[in-house]
Amino acid sequence: MTPTLLPQPATHTAGHHDTPLTPDWAEIVAITPEADGIATLWLKFTDPQVEQQYHFQPGQFNMLYVPGVGEAAISMSSDPDDERRLVGHTVRFVGNVTRAIGRLKIGDQLGVRGPFGTAWPMKTVEGRDLVVACGGIGLPPLRPALYHVVRNRERYGKVTLLYGARTSKDLLYPGEYEAWRKADITVEATVDRGDEHWDGRVGVVPMWFYNFRLDPRNTIVLTCGPEIMIRFVIYEALARRVPTDRIYVSLERNMKCGQGSCGHCQMGPYFVCKDGPVFPFSALAKYINVEEY
Amino acid sequence: MLDTTLNLGSRVVLPKPEFDLLLADLRQSGYQTVGPRLQDESIVYSGIDSLADLPRGVTTEQAPGKFRLMRTDRERYFDFIPGAQSWKQFLFPPRLKLFSASKEKRWELDRSDDACPRYALVGVRGCELAAIEIQDKAFLRDDFEDPTYRARREGLFIIAINCLQPAGTCFCASLGTGPRVERNFDLCLTELDDAFLVEIGSDLGRSLMAGRNFELASAFVQNTADQALARAAGQMGRTLDTSDLPDLLTHSANLDARHWDEVARRCLSCGNCTQVCPTCFCWDVTDTVNLTATTTVRERVWDSCFNPYFSYQAGGNTRPTIRSRYRQWLSHKFGTWVQQYGSLGCTGCGRCITWCPAGIDHVAEIAALREEVKE
Amino acid sequence: MTLTPKTTSRPKVAVYKFSSCDGCQLSLLNLEDELLDLADAVDIAYFLEATRAVKPGPYDVALVEGSVTTPHEIERIRQVREEARFVIALGTCATSGGIQALRNFANAEEYARTVYEHPNFLEYLNTASPISETIKVDLEIWGCPVNKYQVLECIAALLQNRRPNLPQYSVCLECKRNGTVCVLVSQGIPCLGPVVQAGCGAICPANGRGCYGCFGPWSQGNFDSFVPTLVEAERYPGETALLLHNFNANANAFRKAADAARKASKKEA
Repeated sequence: MTPTLLPQPATHTAGHHDTPLTPDWAEIVAITPEADGIATLWLKFTDPQVEQQYHFQPGQFNMLYVPGVGEAAISMSSDPDDERRLVGHTVRFVGNVTRAIGRLKIGDQLGVRGPFGTAWPMKTVEGRDLVVACGGIGLPPLRPALYHVVRNRERYGKVTLLYGARTSKDLLYPGEYEAWRKADITVEATVDRGDEHWDGRVGVVPMWFYNFRLDPRNTIVLTCGPEIMIRFVIYEALARRVPTDRIYVSLERNMKCGQGSCGHCQMGPYFVCKDGPVFPFSALAKYINVEEY
Repeated sequence: MLDTTLNLGSRVVLPKPEFDLLLADLRQSGYQTVGPRLQDESIVYSGIDSLADLPRGVTTEQAPGKFRLMRTDRERYFDFIPGAQSWKQFLFPPRLKLFSASKEKRWELDRSDDACPRYALVGVRGCELAAIEIQDKAFLRDDFEDPTYRARREGLFIIAINCLQPAGTCFCASLGTGPRVERNFDLCLTELDDAFLVEIGSDLGRSLMAGRNFELASAFVQNTADQALARAAGQMGRTLDTSDLPDLLTHSANLDARHWDEVARRCLSCGNCTQVCPTCFCWDVTDTVNLTATTTVRERVWDSCFNPYFSYQAGGNTRPTIRSRYRQWLSHKFGTWVQQYGSLGCTGCGRCITWCPAGIDHVAEIAALREEVKE
Repeated sequence: MTLTPKTTSRPKVAVYKFSSCDGCQLSLLNLEDELLDLADAVDIAYFLEATRAVKPGPYDVALVEGSVTTPHEIERIRQVREEARFVIALGTCATSGGIQALRNFANAEEYARTVYEHPNFLEYLNTASPISETIKVDLEIWGCPVNKYQVLECIAALLQNRRPNLPQYSVCLECKRNGTVCVLVSQGIPCLGPVVQAGCGAICPANGRGCYGCFGPWSQGNFDSFVPTLVEAERYPGETALLLHNFNANANAFRKAADAARKASKKEA
């Protein structure tokens, strides 16, 4: 018997491209405070080749890694076609990892893996009216979509942003509403509680949704925000006879990998990180009312 | 020399002492030979050198929450049904270092480019082989591949074994994964008193068998083996009705059944079922960092959907109750798994039943759920 | 976890002993490879078990070993709280009362008479209680003794303003990750693993013994379900109750479970 008859399997070592759980480094080049406990971090990849190849679509997310603390799934909030090739993440500092992100300064490094997940269907909804309904920290994942609309305004019909926050101080990106309005986007901001700094709308997003006209045959709804708000936006949209496959929802779940591998973000048959986070409501309708699913 | 007669599918008789030479040759070719061993009143999978390391003359009694070794009156090596461990620990290790990172001025990553070990698995059951196929689908998808899994998987040499003594918690026959091993092995053994009937399953297996001191299998020997296997198929401790799966566990109305509350009272949420399950693939990542936060080691570890923080994120926990966690596990295994990977996530090995400290019998739970929703 | 406002110098750490065996403090001293790093990262200002040199308070972190068993200790622990910004209860005595809390289930006076020739010189409380019963505790590290690496991780987390990476699951997961065979299922040895907080590394089952719960009850432990299972596995009547009536006897979940086990076991007998 000669053991050499057995073909030797290749020796496998893990090289860079073989290690999908290994982040690329990026440097924080700017930090924009947005609201209390919320800021946008602008990242520049350290490796020029990574920077060159990296491209995301509106609605996708990255896994941001703080060495020694862990990773958090954060949607990109910047313009996908940013000329500076910077990637912006608007982060609310509430969890273990995001609070650690909140303590970082300009020049500090973050590990980045991504982009992951499904995008807002910007191509397939061309020619239609868009209603972007979001609340609180639900606007950042939709901002890249708005930038895309602004850049390609002629491809879309009536575009309306319905955005709500708790108070006027919690409204994100207030400095940009004017530019969006100039691009013929109707921007309707509303707050849960009015105060002396606010003379605009008061009330929750679904309430204002109820108040404006839309063409159910030609409207696409994109929504992201607190779960309760999403539920009522869907409810209102359905009541206005918007078909379930024209309502798009971005979901949030605990994620560890971003690739449909670790199992944490499952919702029914879906891995929210890979089959989502953006879903047509038609795909979720079966499960949305199952308790703790 | 009978080399010319060996084809894929050939069955030959190999005297047991010859098998030890085969193991030695595997090791000489760079494989770590791993197989069943007696340890701590049970059977574990770890390094073996020869048949002498195997649990000889031993069978197992298994019931919900109970595993006992028993002596048999015959001196065979594979008359037991495996313990809690499965081969998944070799392909998807419980702990795996991903990288370390250290910082002087800047953070630098250090990937340990260790060569993956090559394993020859000795004594893989039909249900276990099916489990490897199921994990292949989870770790080697078209759109995503786990490189550490691939490296380990490609290096495998699989010596399967046909199961002749099913245990009380076995139900592989219901899922069509056993007791006979049908495919995806290099060699497959059926144990006889003094020899193994060896079936050739791959070119690699054929080259390993070439030149050995085997005999062609007579019709009598082949019949004896086939009859023993047919008998085993009839001795399953449990039967799972799969006719209405996965629908029973994906139909949203059934997800609100009262039976989930009933199981939740008994379930300990300890996660044992997920850890012993040869198809469960969930994992977590952790950092171990030094006091000055200048070096950290990032590891992948087995996780469980029964862990209370499995679905926790700032702002809420998707499945805060035992009821929702048990439902997630069972409805994934026997329901949504089909939508994700095209097959059930269960192979009928029965480990989840045997090793549940509360003795929950998931086959019975499915039957009870079916009964309730029939009303 | 946070120590803000951040101190400019190294945080001052004090280690205190209350009613205890010193085992948890020894675990700290057993951090042989890490002790120098620790002394670099923090200013160990008060640690009588290690050094007689004492720096006065206030302190940033107080690590408190032991339970409160005397009137004097009530005064002392209040002072510890006043002098420390962050109080960590260290080990089972400090977190649930420890083995000395068995007196809570008996007559302390009788115990004292049995043990001491002149019990009238003793000043003691009728119960041994965890630190959290007297003062606000910021973090509890369970274990008899504590896992020294968990203590190190908690200090690291404090220094780094993050949540400590402590397991949130049962001992069973540690056994399975270690490849340890379940002693309950394979040998019928009563083991508290499924209802006990992980963190010890599942040492006992790895040595063929059942878990006796020195890391305390797991917050999600389903005792109602598990106690009858244990009672059924008893090798002698009352074994389950004894298993629970141990280092963590005074922990609420164990106390309730032991009562239930006692009743169930009697019924069996």
